Amino acid sequence: MTRSLQWRFLLILAVLIGAAIFLYPTFVKELPSWWPKFFPQDKIHLGLDLQGGMHLTFEVEADKAVESSAERMKNDLGNNLKKENIFYTYLERVQGDKIEVVLLNPDVKAKFDSYLKEQYPILKEATSQKEGDRVKVLLEMDPRQIAEIKKSAIDQALETIRNRVDQFGVAEPDISRQGENMILIQLPGIKDPERAKELIGKTAILEFKLVDEEYDVGRALAGNIPFGDVILYERVVDPQTGAINKIPFVIKDKTLMTGDVLKDARVKLDQNNRPYVGLSFHPAGARLFEQITGDNVGKRLAIILDNTVYSAPVIRQRIAGGEAIIEGRFTMEDARDLAIVLRAGSLPAPIKILEERTVGPSLGQDSINKGIKATIIGGLLVLIAMILYYRMAGFVANIALILNMVLLLAALAALRGTLTLPGIAGIALTVGMAVDANVLIYERLREEMRLGKPPGAALAAGYSRAFLAIMDSNVTTVIAALVLLQFGTGPIKGFAITLTIGLAASMFTAIVVTRFIFDFVLNNFRVKRWSV
Amino acid sequence: MFEIIKPGTKIDFMKRKWIGFLFSGVVMLIGIISLVVHGGPIYGVDFAGGTLVQVKFSQPVAIDAIRGALQDGGLEGASVQGFEAEGKGEYLIRLQTSSSDLGGLSTTIKAALAKQFGDKAFEIRRVEMVGPKVGKDLRTKGILAAIFAMIAMLIYISFRFDFRFAVGAVVAVFHDVIVTIGVLSLLNIEFSILILAAILTIVGYSINDTIVVYDRIRENTPKMRREPFEKILNVTVNETLSRTILTGMSTLMVLIVLFFMGGGVIHDFTLTLIVGIIFGTYSSVYIASVTVLVWENKFPKKKR
Repeated sequence: MTRSLQWRFLLILAVLIGAAIFLYPTFVKELPSWWPKFFPQDKIHLGLDLQGGMHLTFEVEADKAVESSAERMKNDLGNNLKKENIFYTYLERVQGDKIEVVLLNPDVKAKFDSYLKEQYPILKEATSQKEGDRVKVLLEMDPRQIAEIKKSAIDQALETIRNRVDQFGVAEPDISRQGENMILIQLPGIKDPERAKELIGKTAILEFKLVDEEYDVGRALAGNIPFGDVILYERVVDPQTGAINKIPFVIKDKTLMTGDVLKDARVKLDQNNRPYVGLSFHPAGARLFEQITGDNVGKRLAIILDNTVYSAPVIRQRIAGGEAIIEGRFTMEDARDLAIVLRAGSLPAPIKILEERTVGPSLGQDSINKGIKATIIGGLLVLIAMILYYRMAGFVANIALILNMVLLLAALAALRGTLTLPGIAGIALTVGMAVDANVLIYERLREEMRLGKPPGAALAAGYSRAFLAIMDSNVTTVIAALVLLQFGTGPIKGFAITLTIGLAASMFTAIVVTRFIFDFVLNNFRVKRWSV
Repeated sequence: MFEIIKPGTKIDFMKRKWIGFLFSGVVMLIGIISLVVHGGPIYGVDFAGGTLVQVKFSQPVAIDAIRGALQDGGLEGASVQGFEAEGKGEYLIRLQTSSSDLGGLSTTIKAALAKQFGDKAFEIRRVEMVGPKVGKDLRTKGILAAIFAMIAMLIYISFRFDFRFAVGAVVAVFHDVIVTIGVLSLLNIEFSILILAAILTIVGYSINDTIVVYDRIRENTPKMRREPFEKILNVTVNETLSRTILTGMSTLMVLIVLFFMGGGVIHDFTLTLIVGIIFGTYSSVYIASVTVLVWENKFPKKKR
């Protein structure tokens, strides 16, 4: 072998060994224990469309977080104005996140202004107008503050969802933020997508409120709801028929305590083996709970989650020790999910589903089987066609083609790319297109031989002439693939990745590998003319 | 030696350029008429928003029975379709609405079907629900991606070749895209993200093909300096013809296998690629170089 041949041989050998190392973890069941110390252990990652699973895009309704922040601020402001003797006749949250206050007279307004400046720097006066003696003021939050609330709402939602998914138990979940206010969740291999969706999306705001027992539920349902009360329902599922009954409650709207004080929530079983959720509070929460129960002995305390009443037991005595329970005719699963969402905390704002793509595991397996079968058959057809058309040279091209597949898969494992169903189609397409480089070279080789050039010169001319065409044409296709990669969703990315890698690999195999084989033959045998 | 195109073949493509233009014009016109009649491409769930559910029944059932069950479950306007490409007993249910509720439409569909056919008779294999906002977003992004891809490729061609070649490539690519979208419209195929990916691939493939021809023109031009441009093009197209056809056929062969055996999910995707690659191959032989010729005749390049 000449030096150049030797070098090329070593290069090809190195690439092959590298490919084998990257592919090994994918194709064996169990890696030897020493393997991870030296070598990568990533398998080729299957996309959700192949292994089954759920892809969700949620939008965090961050505006709602701003609104509830404004609501809290309004309540706080109301209390403080009373304390400071700054008299107002009207105080409400308007237009979502603004606060409207009507002050008694211009003097009060002046006092109000200086108080606001001192205590509430984030509230700014948007407009103010005199209405007779009164002064109506519209307050709005500092835009920076609003942005901050939104941002933290999304961060917190992300964190909470992560906690919930972790506790739900999904292998390799992928939870990430997308754009300004979207959260992308991928749950591979999930068995019960509906349940997971329910669990992730629950706002899970836990509230303790008193039942207004002096007021008749019937009258309230007729529309006469007393001031400061609301109607909330308990959902009761009939175990026999599965029908859902809604039981109305008249509830005093003032929240006595929220889920913020929770330390833990666990599923427990009562004497009859029925599950319930046991709550325990932080010390501060325990003190608050003790005070609430002490003040309201004999009344009914409603435990409300996301505006649904779960239970409304009568408070028999002051409860110390910081524990409470939620009963509600749960199934074991329901109780478990409820405990998870309570532990993980509530979402700062409601979220809604923008996009859902779920593929069942059986469809995924079908797709893999069909895709692989079709690719193999298609590939075999191409191999046969190459041998028929180019004979010995076709055989060389086939070596390159098979090597191309090996390199493609190895690169996929090495780059932690994801193989999707369109990705498999991309591989199949690469098989078709990878031939192109060889075809270009061989057609050139034939032409050069027709001109009567000897084998060595024909080879050199064929390769060098075809090179530009191969490069220019592949670069343009790769440009298209790269744009797809930027834009595409999961499956399409898979397609773009396989196509790009496939083309790169085909340049290597067609130009370096086949050339090496021809040069090797030229060097060691007496070639009169190429069988092409 | 096995040859599809014998060496020294001299088909006078350039003389017959009007046949090619006429043929392409007619095909494009039919496609455009179909698009107008259908009111634009039929957008799938990805771009229009809505819900798509793939259900597999253990025994094939009547489509009307499924539709009836859905109607009883309160799902009006559901379209139900057999999904033979995926296998017997498989159906696609489409709803134009999407739901942002957590329970979601798929739960409702499941309940409605379970009531009619029993819990065990079917399996929900795939759910795709896209809200209107996301659909619109994807549409914008998709169009932008297609435009960016084309611009990027054109810049590359202008940089590597000549502006008039870029013009030819643009015309050829537009031709391929319009024809493909037209055929999709004729065949009532829904325009989804996958189809968009297929079209971008076609764009890449067609340009790839065109460039091989251009590369040869670039090489032949100094060799045939005394010949008219028309002749250079003719010789080149003939020289590259066998490669163009061979590569096109090997790619098609794989795609046809994928079409018949790759399963229903990528059925439309492979069909789109097949149509596009047939026309892409044709356009790189005919439209791309002929356009360069027409451009050259109209705006001759100044001789140095």
